[in-house]
Parts: sequence; structure tokens; C-alpha cells
Amino acid sequence: MNKEQPVITTQDLTRRFGDTIAVKELTLEVYQGEIFGFLGHNGAGKTTTVRLLNGVLNNNGGQAKVLGMDPQKDGAALRLHTGVLTETPALDDQLTAREQLSLYAQIYNVPEAEISQRVERMLEDFELGERGDEPVGGYSKGMRQRLALARTLIHKPKLIFLDEPTSGLDPVATRQVHELIQDLSHNNGHTVFLCTHNLEEAQKLCDRVAVLEHGQLMALGAPRELAQNLWKGVRLEIELAKLGATEAVAALGSLPYMRDVEWHDTNNTATVWLPDREFIPEVVNTLVTAGGRLYQLKLQEPTLEDVYFAIHEDQGATVKNMDNALKKAALKKVLSTVDGGVL
Amino acid sequence: MNLRAIRAIALRDLKIVTRNKGVMLPLILLPLILMVIMPGAMGYFLPMAPPGEDFEDLALFLEMMPDEMAEQFAGYTETQVILVTMLVYFFAPMFLIVPLMVASTIAANSFAGEKERKTLEALIYTPTSDTELFMGKMLSAWLPAMGVALGGFVLYSVVVNLTAWPVMGEIFFPNVMWLILVLWVAPAAAGLGLGSMILVSSKANSFQDAYQIGAMVVLPVLLLIFGQIGGVIFLSPGFVFGVGLVLWLIDAAVLWFAIQTFQRNEIIARL
Repeated sequence: MNKEQPVITTQDLTRRFGDTIAVKELTLEVYQGEIFGFLGHNGAGKTTTVRLLNGVLNNNGGQAKVLGMDPQKDGAALRLHTGVLTETPALDDQLTAREQLSLYAQIYNVPEAEISQRVERMLEDFELGERGDEPVGGYSKGMRQRLALARTLIHKPKLIFLDEPTSGLDPVATRQVHELIQDLSHNNGHTVFLCTHNLEEAQKLCDRVAVLEHGQLMALGAPRELAQNLWKGVRLEIELAKLGATEAVAALGSLPYMRDVEWHDTNNTATVWLPDREFIPEVVNTLVTAGGRLYQLKLQEPTLEDVYFAIHEDQGATVKNMDNALKKAALKKVLSTVDGGVL
Repeated sequence: MNLRAIRAIALRDLKIVTRNKGVMLPLILLPLILMVIMPGAMGYFLPMAPPGEDFEDLALFLEMMPDEMAEQFAGYTETQVILVTMLVYFFAPMFLIVPLMVASTIAANSFAGEKERKTLEALIYTPTSDTELFMGKMLSAWLPAMGVALGGFVLYSVVVNLTAWPVMGEIFFPNVMWLILVLWVAPAAAGLGLGSMILVSSKANSFQDAYQIGAMVVLPVLLLIFGQIGGVIFLSPGFVFGVGLVLWLIDAAVLWFAIQTFQRNEIIARL
């Protein structure tokens, strides 16, 4: 990552659709060669931001510079150097993989002499060679996603936007896509702008992340930094015996400061979220008093997921003062699952 | 203007259309019925029919025909006059249905169909300008419409000359009016089908919706057909040239509006 060379700079970038603000005063920088995670719920404004940054949608306020160009004025020239994997692969079912790659190479102005070689290379790299002459309509979801990725990269873009690239993929296909993203950034120097609501994915892949909520930037930084700065709580994993799920969750839930409880039936473990490590002895005491035996106590490092939910919870509390209600609802959900016998 | 990108977009859309049976079937059947089966049957069976009241109506039509047009029938037998009137004049407006329908069907698939299949977004992110994207998609409908119209015209010429040969004893088709129709009016008719379908597609959500609403574009052709039957219109070369001119002017207006609606900024906001 080269911090002296931002490839994306936005200043108060704003886009409205009628009365709805899709992106609100977004200010950020994305540096060359980094994998930048753009996190948020569905409808948080991630896709709209990608559209604004590629000059296919005009902004209502603020400004953006992408690869030194103004997306609104130099859209076509800019898109020659960006590649966008849209949320749905947008493939033409009647065409073969080879045809799609070849046609898009022409549209992206890849020199005629290079097209055939580049298409074959892509088909090979994305393990589509054997079925390269079949219509895409018959492809599996994983194959379609791989082809969409190959199409995104056919013109060797400097900046790659990936909108939910692993959505709906099986674990093997997801892993392949993750390896590819890492390869693009770490071995080939591409900048990757990764829109996702998969927090594990963001934690694993991203150098820095931005958290978006209702079009507004809520947090920006490296996942570990954010975790340390924004999430002050403690996550504790407790391995228990002689205490069933219902009793354990009920005992833990009775503690007024308890933020959340999750029960894992497979290894008789409870994961609890506490506001501070000072509460750990009391948690242990409560479980022992309830008749439980503790075998293991593990203090976990805060994850991006913790940060993400802390941000959203905080916002909920600020806006509607619903913090306690949310905690109760989460607890109720756990208890109802226990009662339903799913655990 | 990135001609290579325009060509690739047109080629892509053409490939998609030619592999879609639901779209291709009417594109094959329509010209086949209008340009081969109907005129072939008429050329073959008409001379066998005994003259009767129908011919009296036709005689009235011929009486009202301007003198310079009626001159061409001098020295023709009754059957020859019937054949020439039907195959040269009454079929002429029907020929225009071919470029109109082919262009509007392909355009419906290319614009509304693409919206329905959710494949437009990938094209929108390509380094093409709105005009280049529009041109590529427009050509993918206009060129095949003209190809089918010209091919249909050649087939029609062969079919009418062959089936009417026992009666006519000479190659009587095409005449100047038909050449103007094919080379001047048909391209404009294709443009009209295309332009109106692009406008319809901006509102329609599926190929079928657009196709059904867009079918109304054949109404002006029906006016020509009935106007001629009623003896109000005579397809002289001058009149046909005028029809072409009006169509080109309408095309210019419709395409101008279509270009205004075809802006990726607007399209993507609706996706």
C-alpha cells in the first residue's frame, strides 16, 4: 500500500434519490495497492458509491477523484482503467465464456492481436477452459462468478471494484475468490475496492475498511485498529459442564451488564460479550453458583464483527436510546432458540 | 467515436438475438409469410380465378388512378392488370411491415429484454460513451432489419416473377416505385420501429411488454394499405418518396428523444 498515492479521493461526496440520501458527505482516501473494504448493510449506499466513483451516476454534491480523473467529467476514460464486478454477474446466458471475454476485450479496447491469448489465459486461470465453448446459461453459480471476475479483469484494470464477490458461493468457490483477490493486490499491485457485508471476509482480506450506515461513513481504518479503538468491550469464551444450554443462558442473561450471549451446543461453550474485563469474576461466580463447572476460559481479541455491531448498536442507542431493548431482544432470541431445541 | 466498441456491442446483441428462439421465430416467419408464401400463392392462384365482382372493384380503383400511373397497364390483359395491381401495388405497404417489425422486435430484446435479464449493468460500466452504447445497440437492430428487408425483397422479386411468368411472359418486377420503397423508405421504416421501441423500452420492464406496446408502430402501414384499397392513396414513385421523407423526419425526432432517454446516469438509477 502506497499512502502517498491515493487512487480514490472523495470529499463530501453526496447522492440523493428524491428525499432519500443514498450517500451522505462521504470523505475518504483509498491508496494504491491496498484491499479496501467497504462495509455496510444492504442499502447502506455501497453500490451507489461504486457507481459514483465510476462515473455512471452523477453526484449531487461534493467531489471525487479516481485515478486522477473526475468520474463525472471523464467517465469513459476512467472506466478504461477500472474493472467492476457487479453484485449480480450480469452475464449473457446465450453466449459462451470465450465469446463474452472476447467481446468485452474488444469493448475495452484490448489490442486485437492480444485478445485471443488473453482470453485463453483467463479461461485457464479461472478454470473455465474445458467448458469455454458452452453457453453460460448452463454454468453453476461458482462458474458464473468466476467468469464475471475474469471479464472484470480482461483489460487489466488498475483499480478493481468488487461488489459482494462471494455472495451465494460455496466455501470452496469463496476460498478461490479470496485467494484471487489477495493475489491481485499483493502480487500484482492492483487496488481492490471490496464491497461486502461479510465481516469475516473483510477481516481476512482488507488492509483498511470503511463502515457505512445509511450512506454515512461511520468508521475508517485498519480492522485491528478499529477493533482496538472502537470496541471497548470483552468477548469471553467459556467451556462448561453440568449446566445445560437453557440454564447457562438464563444465568448469564440475568446479569444486568451482559451485552450478548451465544451458546454453542457442539462443544458446550458459551460466548459472552461484556462491557469490561472487570466483570469476568462475577460471570464465573454466577455460573459456578448455578451449578456449572468451568473447564476453559478464553479472552478473545475483538473482531471486525464486534466493531461493526458496536457501531450499529451505538448508533441505534444514540438515535433511539434502544440499547437495552436491543440487548433484551438478542437475549430473547437466544433463549427462544434454546427452547426450540435447535441448539 | 470508438467504432470497435460499437461494432462489438452490436455483434454481442446480434449473437444474443440469433440464439433466442422466441425472438427468432417471428423474425423468420413474418418475412416468409409476407414475402414468399402470400405473393407466391397469389401469383399462382389468381390467374385461375374467374373474373367477377372483385375485378369490378379493381376496375374502379384503376379508373381513379392518375393517368401517368395507369399508362403502364396499356396493352395488358385483364389478368395481367390484376396481377400487377396486387403484386406490385397492394403488397408494397405490407413489405414495410418487415423492416418495422424486425427492427422493433430486436430493439425490444436489446433494450427492454436486457433490462429484464439484468445484463445491462456490465455494459454500463464499460469505457463507452452513452452515444457509443446507444449506437451499438441501435445498429444491432437496424442492420438485421435492413438485411431481412433486402433479402425479403430479393426473394419477393424471384417469387412474383416466377409465379406470374405464365401470365406475364416477362420480368415485370421490381419497378421504380419499389426501388424507392426498398432503398429509401424501408431504412426509415426500420428506424421508426427501432426508435419507437427504444422509447417504449425505457418504460417497459420486460421484452413481452415492450413488444406488445411496440407492435402499434405498424398502424401507419395499415393506413397505407387501407388508403390504397379505398382508392385514396396511389403509390406513385413521387408519393412513396414523400412517405419516406416524412418517415425520416419522424425518425429524426423519435431518435432524438430516444438518445435523450438513453443516458447511463438515468438508466442505472432505475436498475
